[in-house]
Amino acid sequence: MEGIYLDNNATTRVDPAVVEAMLPYFTEQFGNPSSLHSFGNKVGLAVKKARMQVQELLGAEHESEIIFTSCGTESDSTAILSALKANPERREIITTVLEHPAILSLYSQLEKEGYTAHYLKVDGKGRVDMDEYKRLLTDKVAVVSVMWANNETGSFFPVLEMAELAHAAGVMFHTDAVQAVGKVPIDLKNSKIDMLSLSGHKLHAPKGIGVLYLKRGVRFRPMLRGGHQERGRRAGTENTASIIGLGKACEMALAAMEHENTEVKRLRDKLEAGILAKVPHAFATGDVTNRLPNTSNIAFEYIEGEAILLLLNKFGIAASSGSACTSGSLEPSHVMRAMGIPYTAAHGTTRFSLSRYTTEEEIDRVIQVVPEIVAQLRKLSPYWGENGPSAEPEKDFAPVYA
Amino acid sequence: MWDYSDKVKEHFFQPRNAGPLPEANAVGDVGSISCGDALRLMLKVDPETETIQEAHFQTFGCGSAIASSSALTEIIKGMKLDDALKVSNQDIADYLDGLPPEKMHCSVMGREALQAAIANYRGEEWSDDHEEGALICKCFAIDAVMIEDTVRANNLSTVEDVINYTKAGGGCASCHEGIEEILAKVLEERGETFKAVPVNLHKDAAPKPGKLTNLERIRRIEAVLESVRPQLQRDHGDIELVDVDGKTVYVSMTGACAGCQMEALTLQGVQQKLMEDLGEMIRLVPTRAGSLARATSQP
Repeated sequence: MEGIYLDNNATTRVDPAVVEAMLPYFTEQFGNPSSLHSFGNKVGLAVKKARMQVQELLGAEHESEIIFTSCGTESDSTAILSALKANPERREIITTVLEHPAILSLYSQLEKEGYTAHYLKVDGKGRVDMDEYKRLLTDKVAVVSVMWANNETGSFFPVLEMAELAHAAGVMFHTDAVQAVGKVPIDLKNSKIDMLSLSGHKLHAPKGIGVLYLKRGVRFRPMLRGGHQERGRRAGTENTASIIGLGKACEMALAAMEHENTEVKRLRDKLEAGILAKVPHAFATGDVTNRLPNTSNIAFEYIEGEAILLLLNKFGIAASSGSACTSGSLEPSHVMRAMGIPYTAAHGTTRFSLSRYTTEEEIDRVIQVVPEIVAQLRKLSPYWGENGPSAEPEKDFAPVYA
Repeated sequence: MWDYSDKVKEHFFQPRNAGPLPEANAVGDVGSISCGDALRLMLKVDPETETIQEAHFQTFGCGSAIASSSALTEIIKGMKLDDALKVSNQDIADYLDGLPPEKMHCSVMGREALQAAIANYRGEEWSDDHEEGALICKCFAIDAVMIEDTVRANNLSTVEDVINYTKAGGGCASCHEGIEEILAKVLEERGETFKAVPVNLHKDAAPKPGKLTNLERIRRIEAVLESVRPQLQRDHGDIELVDVDGKTVYVSMTGACAGCQMEALTLQGVQQKLMEDLGEMIRLVPTRAGSLARATSQP
């Protein structure tokens, strides 16, 4: 493949071994896993194997705790709506300000429907205040949803501890772990996490497949009712080829776990240090000592992210940005705003997310290209002088805002 | 990534007139709150003739903000101030062969910087009268503030009213939930409750088709195109009939319609009208390799 792909938190390439595992399930193994005859039965067994591969990666106690869905968003919605239906008298819900839109948009819709949503605030590194959290955990709360790792900065939330606290308060706990699964070890059987969402395409499985982990015994109300698939908890004929692909991908992620946390981490650290050494007025965002091994999010002050991405793209480098203009919505990244990053820096945040396919040569190339691009754009910036930011950037350039 | 025209990309990668202009005697600093972009426009104006001799810019913003700034400086160089004031944001967008609807505010920012710079030159105070809200209708780039103001000013109460007054929601219809929310809010303020009524997106149902001669058929086609023309011209575009071959009608999209992001949608709408009017299957094909071709050729 051409180009340098450092946008693995957006999506990953499907591993060729995963594709190979899937292919028979489009052709000769076309049976419906629910069927009694041998066409279906073999597929049913393959789905069972995949379920066990997912179970293994998550450290789940039972394979029946794995429910296949169509994506991370479906898993999130299923989990939250189930908790609400199971606890109709509880009218409060808790999450953090840094969540993915899959949770935030759902929460804001639930607010319109009469629920009270609490959004845990964060500090400059994106850390929640645990005392505030403890105060909010009352018997009025139906569910808490906290992401395992943030998609933009890679920073972790203390989900294991937060799940313990929720459990002690008798509140259901869900975690959106789409960025964490496959990158950090997870051991759900020894946790108090009730529900967890993952998405296949973040770990080298195809798009269109996800999982909801549901701890045995946790009260559940399905979102999709119909056939008996997934033990009646998610009706609809199984996406067999993708399920089998996800199983294979989970097996491979488990095998690569050490590599991810040593070699990938080393390359990420090299990239970050290399860029920061050469580019003045830039800094890494988030909780840099407590984050995913593959993610580096750097704020380049006084320039804008989309412009950076367009120029990187010209050099064949793919990254992503927290700038307003790259999102379709025009809203600057809610993550950067919540962490109090000034907008002259927030708009220039650029996320580099590596994978186990990332090579040393690629990282060296990026370290070489990025400083040139930043310098080129700063020449255009009204906040920038001859050789650095103008004396008092915010004062020297204070535009009239419309 | 955005569907930027080649012209936008070119002006982004090779911006014209970028950087400070020390001898400037007219400076306009403006920003767009909706996305945090900001622009400084610097002009060197000849006091004798009030002609813009030099125009430079510095922009903190995305690709289309930089391209819009670059285009603006190219457009206004050599213009008299009074003529430059007539440059609209649509002119800037047209110069760049169109901007995505979400990015039209970049061209608005350019026009505002120009007004601010000229006000600065003339020693006047420039203030902005234009408020931007969250983008609701992506088909026609219409924001929440505009819809809310129109609903309030005209006592509107249905989604169809909003479509008729603002065009918002008249395209793909996926923003109707957002429009309903605005209606519910404003209606509540005036003590009413919003009641959903079905929206009729295909008005002026077709007259009964008969057997038409070729000439009658072509005239009917022309009449349909004539009926949509004012709408297109309002958006600085146009449509011309090129040929009719059986069930295929070839047209040429010109002006702002050429390369417009909404071209596919516009064509679809016109095709629907043709089918309703003629009572037969019609395939409407643009003869120019525009954004439609660009969209389909991209990997």
